Parts: sequence; C-alpha cells; structure tokens
Amino acid sequence: MSILTLIIKREFIAKVRNKSFIVMTFLSPLLFVGLIAFVSYLSTMKSDVKEIAVHDESNLFVQNFKNSDEYHYLNLTAIDLKTLKDSIVSERYEGLLYIPKIDDSKTLSTKIQYISNDSPSMSFIEDLEDIIAQKLTTSNFQKAGLDTTAIKNAEAKVSINLTKSSGEETVKGLNEIKVGIGAAFGYLIMMFIIIYGNMVMRSVIEEKTNRIIEIIISSVKPFQLMMGKIIGTSLAGVLQFAIWAIIGGVLFFVVSSLLGIEMNSTPTVSPEMMAGTKADFAVKAQLYINELLNLPIATLFISFIIYFIGGYFLYSSIYAAIGAAVDNETDSQQFLLPIILPLMLGVYVGFFSVLSEPHGTVATVFSMIPLTSPIVMLMRIPFGVPWWQLLISVLLLFGTFFFVVWFASKIYRVGILMYGKKPTWKELYRWLKY
Amino acid sequence: MSNILEVKKVVKQYGDYTALNEVSITVPKGSIYGLLGPNGAGKTSLIRIINQITLPDGGEILLDGEKLSPKHVQSIGYLPEERGLYKSMKVGEQCLYLAQMKGLSKSEAKKQLDYWFEKFEIQSWWNKKIEELSKGMAQKIQFVVTVLHRPKLLILDEPFSGFDPVNANLIKDEIIELNRQGTSVIFSTHRMESVEEMCDYIGLIHKSNKLIEGKLNDVKREYRTNSFQVGILTSNVEGLMYDLTQKFTVGQADFKSLNEDLKLEIQLGNATSNELLHILTQRGQVTHFVEKIPSVNDIFIQTVSK
Repeated sequence: MSILTLIIKREFIAKVRNKSFIVMTFLSPLLFVGLIAFVSYLSTMKSDVKEIAVHDESNLFVQNFKNSDEYHYLNLTAIDLKTLKDSIVSERYEGLLYIPKIDDSKTLSTKIQYISNDSPSMSFIEDLEDIIAQKLTTSNFQKAGLDTTAIKNAEAKVSINLTKSSGEETVKGLNEIKVGIGAAFGYLIMMFIIIYGNMVMRSVIEEKTNRIIEIIISSVKPFQLMMGKIIGTSLAGVLQFAIWAIIGGVLFFVVSSLLGIEMNSTPTVSPEMMAGTKADFAVKAQLYINELLNLPIATLFISFIIYFIGGYFLYSSIYAAIGAAVDNETDSQQFLLPIILPLMLGVYVGFFSVLSEPHGTVATVFSMIPLTSPIVMLMRIPFGVPWWQLLISVLLLFGTFFFVVWFASKIYRVGILMYGKKPTWKELYRWLKY
Repeated sequence: MSNILEVKKVVKQYGDYTALNEVSITVPKGSIYGLLGPNGAGKTSLIRIINQITLPDGGEILLDGEKLSPKHVQSIGYLPEERGLYKSMKVGEQCLYLAQMKGLSKSEAKKQLDYWFEKFEIQSWWNKKIEELSKGMAQKIQFVVTVLHRPKLLILDEPFSGFDPVNANLIKDEIIELNRQGTSVIFSTHRMESVEEMCDYIGLIHKSNKLIEGKLNDVKREYRTNSFQVGILTSNVEGLMYDLTQKFTVGQADFKSLNEDLKLEIQLGNATSNELLHILTQRGQVTHFVEKIPSVNDIFIQTVSK
C-alpha cells in the first residue's frame, strides 16, 4: 500500500470513528427534518380570530368588509365613537376602523382612521385601503355617470407567452428554477468547504498539539501528509453527505406522510399556476418538464464534479496551511476571514446578480475568479454558458489550485514544527522563503 | 565504509539567522555518538536535516556511504524531543500505521510488534487508546515505534525524559543491546551522566558551529589537566606540604573516602606521576591516587563558557 493511501485510510477511519462525527451524521437529518416538520406544523395552525370594530358613519362601506379566517368585522356604527374608543381594551377588539361621513371623496380618503394599541400588519392595512378605495372608485364612476359594468368588461388582462427564436414555447418562472438548481449545487460546495475544510484544519492542529507531527514527517513528506489529510477528510465528508441525503429523504417521506403535510399546501405556487386554469396548467407542466430536460444536465453534473474538486481542494489546502501556522483553534480566527469572505461573496453574487442578469459583467467576472467561480459558475451553467468561458474558468481554478497547494504546503512544512507563537502575516510570508 | 553517517559542511539558514554554519560530523558505524550542545545551538536543526524533515541550504550528507535520499527514511529511526501520539487512536493500530509508514509490510510490522510488546510485557495495551495510558507508558510505545523497523541508525533526542528511573534503565539497556547488535546511535541529551556512561564518541555544537568532535577518551585526553587526586595519612602535614609545594601546585580536593586522610589535588606540571608518588610515600601512607579525568560536564561547561 502506498504511503498516501495509508494516510488517506487513517484519516478517513479516524474521522468516521469519531464520536461527534457519528452523532452528527445521524442526528443532523433528524434535527433538520424535525425543524421542517415543526415549521410546517406551525404554519398550518390557525391563528386566533381578531375582531375589528367598524364605525362607518355613512354606512356605505361596512358591508364590503367580509369576514375571513383571521379577521371578523363588527358593525358598531350604532355605538358612540368615544365609547367605542374607550372599549377597545375592555372588549378586546384588535382595532377600530373609523370612517367619517364626508361627501367629498378626496377629503374622505385622507380622513379615515384605524385605532389600535397593536401595530397592524402592512398587508392588513393595505387590504383595508383596497376595499375602501374600490368602493370609492365605483361611487366616483357612478357620480360621473359612467357605467361600472361596462368599465369592468373593458378591463383587459395580459399574459405574455415566452417563446425562443427556434419557435419552442417556454414558461415563466424558469429563471428562478434554473438559479435554484445551480444554487443548490453551489450551496452544497460552500457547505462542504466550510464544514470539512474546518475539519482538515482541526486535524492539522491536533497533530501539532499531540506532538506526533515530527514522528510522522520523519517518514513522509509534509506534502503527502497534507494531501492525505484533505482527501481522507473529504471522503469522510462525502460519506456523511450521502448518509444525510438517504436518512433525510426517508425521514422526510415518513414524517410528511405521518403528519399529513401535503406538499401542495405549502404556499410555493408559481406565478404560472395562479395565472392559468387547471387544464392550462397540465400543458404548462409539460413545458416545465421539457425545459428541465433541456437543461444542460450532463454539463451541469460534470462541472459540479470539476468545480467541487477544484474548489474544495483549493480552500482546504488554505485551511491546512492555517492549521499548520497556529497552535490552537482560537488563534486561527484572524486567518479565517479571507476564506469566508469570498465564499459569502460567491453566494451573494450568485443570488443577486446571476438571477437578474446571468450573462452580465458581474456574474461573468465572478464566475472566472477562482475563489468564487465554483459557486457562481455553477449557478450560471443552467442558463447556458459559452464553452470558452467554462474553459477559462476551469483553467484559472486549477492554475490557482496548484499554486495555492504549493504555497500552502510551504507554510505547512514550516508551520507544523513551529510552536508557541502566534504568527503574523509577515511571518507567514517569510516562511515561504525558508 | 566504516562511517554510518557523514555530514559535510552543512549550512542551514532561517531568514537572516544561521542555524548551522558549515557543520561537519562523522558518526562511525556501530558507535553511540553523543551530540551535545546548549539549548538553541542547532542540534535539532541538524537532526531534522539528517531526518530529511528540512533540507539544508548547503553541504552534503552521506548515509552509509550513499548520498542521503528519501528511501533512507527506512534506515533511520527517529525519536524526537517533542513527541506524542494520536490520543484517540488505539495503541496497536497506531503502531501498525507508523510502522507501515516506515515501509514495513503489515504482517512484518505485526511480527515485530508482537516481539517488542512481549519483551516489554505490554501486550494488554494493544486495544487501549493512548489517552488511557500514562505519559511514561506512551513513551515506551514511542520507543517501540522508533526501533520497530530495525533501523541502521537510531537518532534519539532526549530519550529518557519522562521516564522513571526503572523504565529509563530499561530503555538504556535496550539501546545498548541494539547497539551491540550493530545499530549505530546518535544520542542528543543534556544529561551528561548518560553520555559519560553510554557514548563512545561525542560532538559538541555551540552557536551554530561544531567545536569538539572525537572519541570520548581522545577528547578527554585533550582536556586533561594533568592533575591527580591524592589521599594520604600523615603525621607531619607541614613537612609534606613543604615538599609538595616545592615542585607542584597543590590545592584542596574533595572525594569520598573511608579514611580520615588529607585530601589534595596536585597539578603535576612538568613532573611525572612517579615523582609525586615518591614524595608521598616518603611522608605517609597513600590511600588514594587517581588522575583527575575531566568529566563531559566539565568539558561542556568549559567549552561553552569560553
């Protein structure tokens, strides 16, 4: 067995046997699914009905307020306004809507009051405003002698159909789905880097504090040790992720069928579904499926693997170098910022700029820069990226990867034998020349 | 080749600091070589270069006549001063792992381990984790791991630190036994009495330079002061002192003796020991007559404080 496989095997076994690793492997999906189940359970719970007192002096509007699951409207125009105001607390009204009797609609529209000791939600107030405005508009039409039914019939609704130049019909909301798929892959890479990069760092620090490091590197090259560590840890990580996916999937299926949470009841309705009728939806669904099948799945998958390997190795060798440079985990904080920053940047650029403009300058540039490209490029790929951009991005990534691994191994081989001092950036630079 | 290790004019620099300045040492085959020097002299730097942990900036190293190369890690056993083991790994697995890293096959490693575990009567530790063992026990394991692959050259940096006297003695006997079987040993320590006891060659490094090297007896001969420690029973002390001071420099001496004798340290100068003995026998009964041999400790302090 070669030395490298020996190291990989030991690192893998050491990680997998670790108690906290085992606990996290089996507990995380439970927690995750539990959390989702809890949240969806909460959202299905009915909140208390809130009673709104309405004092409508003109008696024109009060019929327009229809009771809903959440709000009940009580017509209390008969009761004196002052008494009503005083009784908000004692009668436990959520609030009091006061509409004065003013004939001029312009004046009226600014004189309506909502009196409440709680701060009402924006959407509730907007609903109230809509109802009153609609009533006022209708009455304004009538005053002007216009036929309201004719106006209603004259109102037009437009829904633009999206078509590609090839004549194929496509659907709306696809950008979101495309970003979603890319983002899922990108996010996976980021999580993987943060969790297992940290693990690599801790394992380097452990060898330093155990003082076994000098025994080991009298037999193997520091570079071999570092690579063995990174590969062994990532294999353990892949295993953990796979277990999470399986347990999570099974648990989600079991829990959702047990609690009867229907996936449809969640409010993730696409704009298409609201626009079209049921029959329409069947056609559209077919379009969605076609679109998804048309996504460059092979490219996406291969790129995911390439960017995953490139990105993970790039970052985890930096983690390893940091681990070698410090004596304990608390000292590592000052060096971790340059790692976290580009990762966060990648995710934000991905969500904000790729979604609005997948082939814009910002998205293109960040999908080239090696530290952000594993995340940003994966989000762009579903939109179709020219092959030369992919090539440049991958070449840059792997070029940087080799440079950083060389750089990290330099710091690593000096750092692992340094004890008792907290290194500065300047010192790290000096180590490169040793 | 009669030398297991030849270090020729090795230079090592850390930035502006020179850790080794053209240091050359020669370790004869089958010897126990004491590598001495105060803290920070460059011993660890030199040892790390021999172990190929760091590379020298200049100079050449020959192991058993061949230029030092990566395959030689299998011929060297190294017990560093800063040593430890994986805390949460089981003893047996850990030993197998470290032995395989030195190029042993798994079955060969197992065979060797059985031999050593039986020898040290520690078979019951096999499935224990290192964190369950005491420091001394862990040190024993480290020693076993160091010698497991039967290296030609054993490099031990402060091997006795952390051992109680019984175990230190056990390890010492093992080192001597291995040496008798042909293993050459480089031995770096601050415990001069063990150098005195075990080493036949020494080398002293101070402030990045090698100052002394050679057979222990040759070095001592070079540092001899030509003085004798004398114990004598006499009734006429003044007469004796008069005779002695005519020819020699005389001082007080301190050594253990069962007699109520006069203890003197006498510098011979140009005279011979027989002349001194002649005077002494005329004046009283000689109970003690020994040449004062410089201890390694004396040589060390004398050289370093120069």
